[in-house]
Amino acid sequence: MAVTGDGVIVVGAGPAGIRAAERLVAAGIRPTVVEESARDGGQIYRRQPEGFRRPPEALYGADSAKARALHEAAQALHPRVDWRPGTLVWAIRDGTLLVNRAGQHEALPFRHLILATGATDRIMPLPGWTLPGVTSLGGAQIALKAQGCVIGREPVFLGTGPLLYLVAWQYLKAGVAVRGVLDTSAFAKRVLAAPWLAARPGLLARGLAYTAALRRAGVRIATNITPLEVEGEDRVAALRWRDAAGVEHRAACDGIGMGYGLRPETQLADLAGCAFAFDGGARLWLPVTDGDGRSSVPCVYLAGDGAQIRGADAAELAGRLAACAALRDSGRAVDELEMATLRRRLAGMTRFRRGLERAFPYPAHLAADLPDETLVCRCEAITAGALRQAGGEYGAAEVNRAKAFSRTGMGRCQGRMCGPAAAEVLAAARGIPMAQAGRLRGAAPVKPLPLATEAAP
Amino acid sequence: MTGLLHRVAEADRPPIRLSVDGREITALAGDTLLTALLVAGARLRDSEFGDGTRAGFCLMGACQDCWVWTEAGARLRACSTPAEPGMRILTGAAPWP
Ligand SMILES: Cc1cc2nc3c(=O)[nH]c(=O)nc-3n(C[C@H](O)[C@H](O)[C@H](O)COP(=O)(O)OP(=O)(O)OC[C@H]3O[C@@H](n4cnc5c(N)ncnc54)[C@H](O)[C@@H]3O)c2cc1C
Repeated sequence: MAVTGDGVIVVGAGPAGIRAAERLVAAGIRPTVVEESARDGGQIYRRQPEGFRRPPEALYGADSAKARALHEAAQALHPRVDWRPGTLVWAIRDGTLLVNRAGQHEALPFRHLILATGATDRIMPLPGWTLPGVTSLGGAQIALKAQGCVIGREPVFLGTGPLLYLVAWQYLKAGVAVRGVLDTSAFAKRVLAAPWLAARPGLLARGLAYTAALRRAGVRIATNITPLEVEGEDRVAALRWRDAAGVEHRAACDGIGMGYGLRPETQLADLAGCAFAFDGGARLWLPVTDGDGRSSVPCVYLAGDGAQIRGADAAELAGRLAACAALRDSGRAVDELEMATLRRRLAGMTRFRRGLERAFPYPAHLAADLPDETLVCRCEAITAGALRQAGGEYGAAEVNRAKAFSRTGMGRCQGRMCGPAAAEVLAAARGIPMAQAGRLRGAAPVKPLPLATEAAP
Repeated sequence: MTGLLHRVAEADRPPIRLSVDGREITALAGDTLLTALLVAGARLRDSEFGDGTRAGFCLMGACQDCWVWTEAGARLRACSTPAEPGMRILTGAAPWP
């Protein structure tokens, strides 16, 4: 089989993938760029469909200049790369990507592979979270950005992290009566994290401005809260929560956006055979990289939020750096100064990231108190109680064993939604550290394929 | 019954018509199937485990909770499938194979 596009493949056309491809093109290579979505841009700079008219300023706010620059860079690349939008990479086998576009299969062999697969919301389940009207925070933002819709006229936003305040503010700006911003992190944590957050004063100031604007508009902001339950019959009617003083509240609402930071999309790195290590700060298993983006597997590179969550600016730098590493490894000259500069700029962003982890930690403690009947896995309707039983009675010592007993993470989302929380539930039930609860392993196909394709041999 | 999603911008796109559970709905060109169905209603499917109605969650192709079926039996992920005029969608009945 012929190796396409010089044998270099970039997966993902977000900030990391686009900058990686751009650097490869600058070196005279014609990479193949595979992207599941119909358009490039990735998550933060996600493009609205053709025919929508809002200008970048309305969509990307303070980031509109960066969005414009990235979209222009991507546009300029189209004739210079083998551009494959609407194409899902669903497996990696023997140096070959298996891709699917609208039901059509193809195998793409590679010599060098850069995975820039991004991230999705990190979730902590709560009773009632599968009710219609509850979306991920990112989902609430996508509804607005990509479809001009809101998830409720009187929504509540629940979770923690900068995206919580950003999305609430974007809804406020869209004219929506936000009924509450409920943060599981204590405000004091933000103060303690200030020395790390100061690594990016501009971003820090922006976060504070969103909060101030929400307060000015009279939006209730509560920190250090405990989410209790989503109420409703066939759709969301209210959120019950407890404040730091132990007082229960009920917020009537017609939509809930929830999210607790982001988790990297690592299934493809797993299928490529990359080694993972537990990251205590993030409380997540992350693929191991050497700092320039080299994974443990020769010729496989990782960049952007798919490797570690550092945000869009870092993703652009990391994409370019991974491309430099790949070029160097294939025997091409790359100026050491270029790589050193990228590394230095990334260091500040890593420091900021550590600050965010301290200021807005994943609320792991909630896992232990989830009522037994709470659905943890929404694909297979597995409850917290069933997971605890797998961990206790059946002696499942880590998540892949628990999965065999309870089917958690066997569902079609492959644990993207439940994985981190399921590991916390299991760790709490067995009284073991999170690192020992293991990680759910990726399996092909990483996402369900159209029926016709599944039927094919 | 009002839908789950509400339009706040980009509402001047051309209308398109599709059918959901045999009922005609109007959507706008450029809508995803998820948007079309949830502006008009409050459900996409039933959980096959009997725990109630689902209407998607992540809107970015990750959670796989928004699959719907066409009357012809094709399975579509509503959040990443553009709504097309004349589509005939079912939100119930069809089992996950
Ligand atoms: C929903 C959401 C909203 C966000 N909003 C903001 C925000 O408002 N402000 C902010 O500062 N940051 C935001 N972030 C974080 C920001 O999006 C990221 O930091 C940034 O986009 C990372 O860039 P990236 O290139 O690493 O990944 P992404 O931009 O996520 O791009 C990854 C790309 O890879 C593609 N991909 C993944 N797997 C496959 C596969 N198997 N086959 C083919 N293609 C694949 C995806 O479709 C995607 O386009 C948000 C993140 C999410 C998830």
